[in-house]
Amino acid sequence: MNFTAVRAIYLFEMARTWRTLLQSIVSPVVSTSLYFVVFGAAIGSRITSVEGVSYGTFIVPGLVMLSVLTQSIANASFGIYFPKFVGTIYEILSAPVSYFEIVLGYVGAAATKSIILGLIILATAGLFVPLEIQHPWWMLLFLVLTAVTFSLFGFIIGIWADGFEKLQMIPLLVVTPLTFLGGSFYSVNMLPSGWRTITLMNPVVYLISGFRWSFYEIADVSVTLSLGMTLTFLAICMVTIWWIFKTGYRLKN
Amino acid sequence: MPPIISVSNLSKTYGSGFKALDNINLEIRRGEIFALLGPNGAGKTTLISIICGIANLSRGSVTVGGYDINKDYRGARSLIGLVPQELHTDAFESVWATVSFSRGLFGKPKNPAHIEKVLKDLSLWDKKDAKIVTLSGGMKRRVMIAKALSHEPQILFLDEPTAGVDVELRKGMWEVMRTLQASGVTIILTTHYIEEAEEMADRIGVINKGEIVLVEDKAGLMQKLGKKQLKLHLQSKIDAIPAALAPYNLELSDQGRQLIYNYDTQGERTGITSLLGDLRDAGIRFNDLDTSQSSLEDIFVSLVRAP
Repeated sequence: MNFTAVRAIYLFEMARTWRTLLQSIVSPVVSTSLYFVVFGAAIGSRITSVEGVSYGTFIVPGLVMLSVLTQSIANASFGIYFPKFVGTIYEILSAPVSYFEIVLGYVGAAATKSIILGLIILATAGLFVPLEIQHPWWMLLFLVLTAVTFSLFGFIIGIWADGFEKLQMIPLLVVTPLTFLGGSFYSVNMLPSGWRTITLMNPVVYLISGFRWSFYEIADVSVTLSLGMTLTFLAICMVTIWWIFKTGYRLKN
Repeated sequence: MPPIISVSNLSKTYGSGFKALDNINLEIRRGEIFALLGPNGAGKTTLISIICGIANLSRGSVTVGGYDINKDYRGARSLIGLVPQELHTDAFESVWATVSFSRGLFGKPKNPAHIEKVLKDLSLWDKKDAKIVTLSGGMKRRVMIAKALSHEPQILFLDEPTAGVDVELRKGMWEVMRTLQASGVTIILTTHYIEEAEEMADRIGVINKGEIVLVEDKAGLMQKLGKKQLKLHLQSKIDAIPAALAPYNLELSDQGRQLIYNYDTQGERTGITSLLGDLRDAGIRFNDLDTSQSSLEDIFVSLVRAP
């Protein structure tokens, strides 16, 4: 195991985060605050409570997840797409590093960044609404698992994309809708039964549900199922990346 | 001593069906400067990319320092520093950061003294804190060389290192190569500048249409293929070459004022002495003469043009 190389990639990627601190951290915090103002304070004040908690409080886990999902994908996809785009990938490919080490460096940095971001958003939320976390360790587990899984997913998108348009396409057309429809702002139980069945096919539902359970012990689906689905998605991403490196897909001729 | 790089029966066919390399066999000796010459699209970069792990091979095998490039890729790659043809650099990192990153990527522990030496050798020391995007093309090229040297490789691949580099800088780079060679580094160089190969290389390989056409010691190559030409500037012009001189296959040029004689330095007899005697007998006088040897460029052009 070439730990020095993993560390080099990780620190190089993290340096990019610090260098672009404003857009990396500040802008998601600002946009999340806007959600709180609009959905929490303005509209939320007309909604008394959802599943026994105030609406503003209810949406906190969903909002954190929304940011963690989109940021994980954005960080990881850009992190590997950019070297491909400017050509510096040659150095990674010619270095004595295994695929696992490359992924560990890039995905580790992307996930770290979005975990930090998730925690900052959580702290920001604490300024707007009273927060309680029933199961902090479960909360952290879901946060880390989601960040890692979606960073892997972002890594796959970054390798697959051969233009900036494609880089944006999946996050915009697939992930954002799935997250909005995945119960960030409402409980799946509030939907008519037909829609509820359809919604259960959305993998994001399980992430948000499990995450919300760790806060308030309210969930749309059982925690075990949430965890199982998250791990399944993680496994799918891992197998895909294994295949990418095995075949050299979009990396090697 | 076993070769440091050994390429056996290597073929590469791209997904499009294009056969970039066809059954390449090549051995690079430890400590030499090897120049790989070939026209655009001959397969030079593909060959380098395969040895360095950037492209997959279709058939055959390659060992570097005794390590198979696929089975023992860590061993093989840690010996190699690669400077690709295109200027692929980060933009917003500092020179120091990007060069240090390369060292870490190759698994070497930090060594600021070594990085400092590399940057100083390449005249980049005063730019160590500059962002790469602010550097000129020549400096970026040197940053890429610095990255390749950051992890103290035993083998350095330079793919067109002096393309787009001014004369002074090119000479400086030759100096760096000589210093590296003196410290035991094996250098494989591709180039379009024949003079570069002529100046730098110990051995020369010519690749054309994916096949190695020739591998020779530079001196041997020059000698073996080197044709010499004798030009005689005549005192008074002649209209035709006298029949007595027909065996020499002379050419008459400059409107009858110059005679050209081609001969082979490798031949037992060059025929010069008897030619001069026969000229005297034929009553042809000359007031000057010069000889010239074909350059590597002429040799190269004749090789890759051959059907």
